Amino acid sequence: MATKVIVVTSGKGGVGKTTTTASLAAGFAQKGFKTVAIDFDVGLRNLDLIMGVERRVVYDLVNVVKQEATLRQAMIRDKRLENLFVLPASQTRDKDALDVQGVGRVIEELKDLAFDYVLCDSPAGIEKGAQLAMYYADEAIVVTNPEVSSVRDSDRVLGLLDAKTRKAELGVAMKSHLLVTRYSAERAQRGEMLKVEDILELLGIPFLGVIPESKAVLHNSNQGTPVILDPNSDAAVAYTDAIKRFLGEDLPHRFLSTEKRGFLSRLFSPSNVYAG
Amino acid sequence: MSNNAWFKFWKKPENTAQVAKDRLQMIVARERTATAASGFLPALQQELLQVIAKYDRVDLDHVQVSIDRRGEAEVLELSVMLPEASPGSTRSSVRTTLQYA
Repeated sequence: MATKVIVVTSGKGGVGKTTTTASLAAGFAQKGFKTVAIDFDVGLRNLDLIMGVERRVVYDLVNVVKQEATLRQAMIRDKRLENLFVLPASQTRDKDALDVQGVGRVIEELKDLAFDYVLCDSPAGIEKGAQLAMYYADEAIVVTNPEVSSVRDSDRVLGLLDAKTRKAELGVAMKSHLLVTRYSAERAQRGEMLKVEDILELLGIPFLGVIPESKAVLHNSNQGTPVILDPNSDAAVAYTDAIKRFLGEDLPHRFLSTEKRGFLSRLFSPSNVYAG
Repeated sequence: MSNNAWFKFWKKPENTAQVAKDRLQMIVARERTATAASGFLPALQQELLQVIAKYDRVDLDHVQVSIDRRGEAEVLELSVMLPEASPGSTRSSVRTTLQYA
């Protein structure tokens, strides 16, 4: 298949871009796709830590763009999934270390290396770094929390995706998907939190699903494991569903309602089992 | 359900905060010395690592560089722990000491 470049973006910081990038990348690799996750947050890299490869960083994206290292030298192969690679961001304080041409060369080389998916983990904000992360994207995943500032920032980002990307320059519409993270059906039900329907109505883009607020996210990031690899966690179930929807499956949505279930169904439901 | 699955089911989540703290202590200490720019050691360590990484997979904390004063001389000590090359082989360690006045 042709390489597909996906940007994971949000505008607002702290909504779960990096957690999402790590889990989606691991999920694609689990399905057999050759996948690389690139950290575009120059100066504040964190994807390496979330994916548990922080001790193996030798070269980074800036080294590759500046041709101080090859892609093969800089990409870190995951020890759990042989189809999964990480390209870390650099810790340099130079914000102008990346440029459109340099990033373009890296993307072209990844296509030559027959990657199926390239996931670009955007930095927060809407400045140069975020625009570079989205520039070469074929599709976008917009990560939003059910919270007013996050939804507004996502709307700004959707505007950028339709204006400041190569697709936009070519006059092609960007395909953007919405992923709502840290969702609590209980709180939405009680009227304490925006409902998914409200967010969808405001943003008006295809919906990949919700990731429920979950203890498993911290439990796994503490250890450097993408949460999708914790198979009994509710977040892993939700991310796996999101990937299936991205790949075109039509699945019923989970974690949207607070239906009361019987004791046995709760006991055996993945959302309640907490395996370490 | 296997015994193992039952065990997992009833097991309380382990204390992963300690794992997080250990990982952070290691990475933060390294990044502080790298940005503090105290002499050439961080750059030397990084370059050594890059050379070694050309030939083998290596973890950054497997390359230790230090300078000690011994009397009149300064001793630069470099210790490289190589990962297991193949199943069955033992870990090998390279240790070099350079001494200069």
